[in-house]
Amino acid sequence: MDITRFISTHRKLLLVGFLLLILIFIATFPLYTRASDVRVLTIILIYVVLAVSWAMFSGTTGYMSLAPAAFFGLGIYTMALLQEALPFPVIIVIGSLISFAFALLVGLVTLRLRGIYFTIFTFGLVIFMTEIVQYLETRLYNRHGWDITPIDNVTILYIMLGLVVVTVLAIYLIRRSRYGLAQLSIGGNEEAAEHMGINTTRTKVLTFAVSSTFMGAAGVVIAPVLIYVNANIAFSPFYSFMPILMAIFGGMGQLSGPIIGAVIFGYLEMRLRSELFNHFMLGFGIIMVAVILFLPNGIVGLVPMLQSKLGGLMARLRKGEQGEQHANT
Amino acid sequence: MVERIPQLIIVGIFQGSIYGLLAMGLSLQYGVCRVLNITHGEFVMLGAVLTFTFSQLGINPLLAPVIIGPLLFAIGFLLQATLFRSLKARASSPAAFEGNALLAAFGVMYIFQYIARITWGGRLMPSYYLADLVSFLGMDFTLNQPVSFAIALALGVAVYLFLSRSRMGRAIRATAEDPGTAGLMGVNTNMILAFSFGLGAMLAGIAGTLTSIRTAVSTTIGFSNTVIALIVVTLGGLGSVPGSFVAGIIIGIVSMLVAGLWEPILTVPVYYAMLMILLLVRPTGILGKK
Repeated sequence: MDITRFISTHRKLLLVGFLLLILIFIATFPLYTRASDVRVLTIILIYVVLAVSWAMFSGTTGYMSLAPAAFFGLGIYTMALLQEALPFPVIIVIGSLISFAFALLVGLVTLRLRGIYFTIFTFGLVIFMTEIVQYLETRLYNRHGWDITPIDNVTILYIMLGLVVVTVLAIYLIRRSRYGLAQLSIGGNEEAAEHMGINTTRTKVLTFAVSSTFMGAAGVVIAPVLIYVNANIAFSPFYSFMPILMAIFGGMGQLSGPIIGAVIFGYLEMRLRSELFNHFMLGFGIIMVAVILFLPNGIVGLVPMLQSKLGGLMARLRKGEQGEQHANT
Repeated sequence: MVERIPQLIIVGIFQGSIYGLLAMGLSLQYGVCRVLNITHGEFVMLGAVLTFTFSQLGINPLLAPVIIGPLLFAIGFLLQATLFRSLKARASSPAAFEGNALLAAFGVMYIFQYIARITWGGRLMPSYYLADLVSFLGMDFTLNQPVSFAIALALGVAVYLFLSRSRMGRAIRATAEDPGTAGLMGVNTNMILAFSFGLGAMLAGIAGTLTSIRTAVSTTIGFSNTVIALIVVTLGGLGSVPGSFVAGIIIGIVSMLVAGLWEPILTVPVYYAMLMILLLVRPTGILGKK
């Protein structure tokens, strides 16, 4: 009894402690594992950034972006082109800014209109990027693909971890702000939000650009792990669809949902990708349909559902006990 | 350079008629069922790959639609009757339904794509059917180009007449306009929705057959076909069936001109430039309603 009360009163404290434990775990991870595991963890963290920042825009406003890979790939290419000219941290900033600017442009064209146009426009954006980049690199540099000087795995892991912390913290703060409320109200009823005096177009465009900024940064950081990139690798639709599936599986309503989805599927993907890839993707599709049909709030949505069911069960049991006691006396 | 333009335009019209056919299907599905069906390209892929498989078994590719049409119709019908119908019943608002339906279609896309990859692998499937050269006004075409154009055009006109003249077509248009009222007038809307979705899938499947007799196909062509269908449908005006066909022809001509005179790799960027201008100037599309 005391423990449950302790948990309910010190919830925030426990949460912070738990998060600290995870951070310490990731930070000390390289000390007791193999190099390949460090790589797996890095990729999982990438998916966390992509899924969380995707859900930040599409989960709250209801406008479905199908193009995380376009911004992610921009980051990768920024790194490929600037790696010799500038230090790594500066490239991360530049990559983020380029993604921000590109998303601003896409948003300004499409986000004034109904959501369906935005979805259609973003769906093919990866092919658009692939072809433009291929054309430009042939024209300007007469080559396809770039080698990227690898950076030590552990360093990348720590930078990635820093990026995850920044992303999650920023999105957490945005969600709690006035601005986050404006996003949610657009998702709830855009017309009503407009009447309440929210500049809906500006909110949407800015949110989309901010969420794409994190994707661009993630692309810069992952580039040295890939060692070699070309347009087809950098702008692969796979990186567009994976984070969406993860966020939906985890549940978009809460910040923890996309994180949990990304960890589970990131791990599965890294383990199964090499030999069972086709079956893995098939399973992914089936899970996706099942989740949308039966678990609209994702895995995270299961918890309150089970809680209320269990709570009801407990209450009934307790009542039963009391009834028996009454009968005995 | 210049003397090639007429030939490119005609080849573009031939190619565009196939785009038009597959975009008509997508337009029907979005216009009536409100499902932005991003599985559409996978239906094209299924039609194309099945046509190739049948031709290996000795069945004439032009007869393949007799099997593929009903098969894809059944797939589309069942998808709408089960998955999208129950999503609609649970959705809190039309906007929520559109979002959920899109994401569910996303899952379905993966299912079809990877079933096909597991079954057929990723190899190229070239079928040189009717590949003899014919001359017309001093221009050379392979025979399959005008043949596929004729089939696509006939089908497109047939579907248009069906929608505008028949009793069933009127029911479909009524359901697209206002499902509630159509239901009160005695239209079995659930059946109409499933029928429209099935019809759309069937058109995609037949577009797949026509693609297969013209070029080599593989299990990976779905994604790019979906992209083209989406762009064509937006250009023609979302939900406008004749608009989709016209826009398909325009996109076909543009793709041939860009590929023939400039740079094949820039076709999709040029589509995007057109899409961008359209969205800025007239988002309702060429033939869409205001």
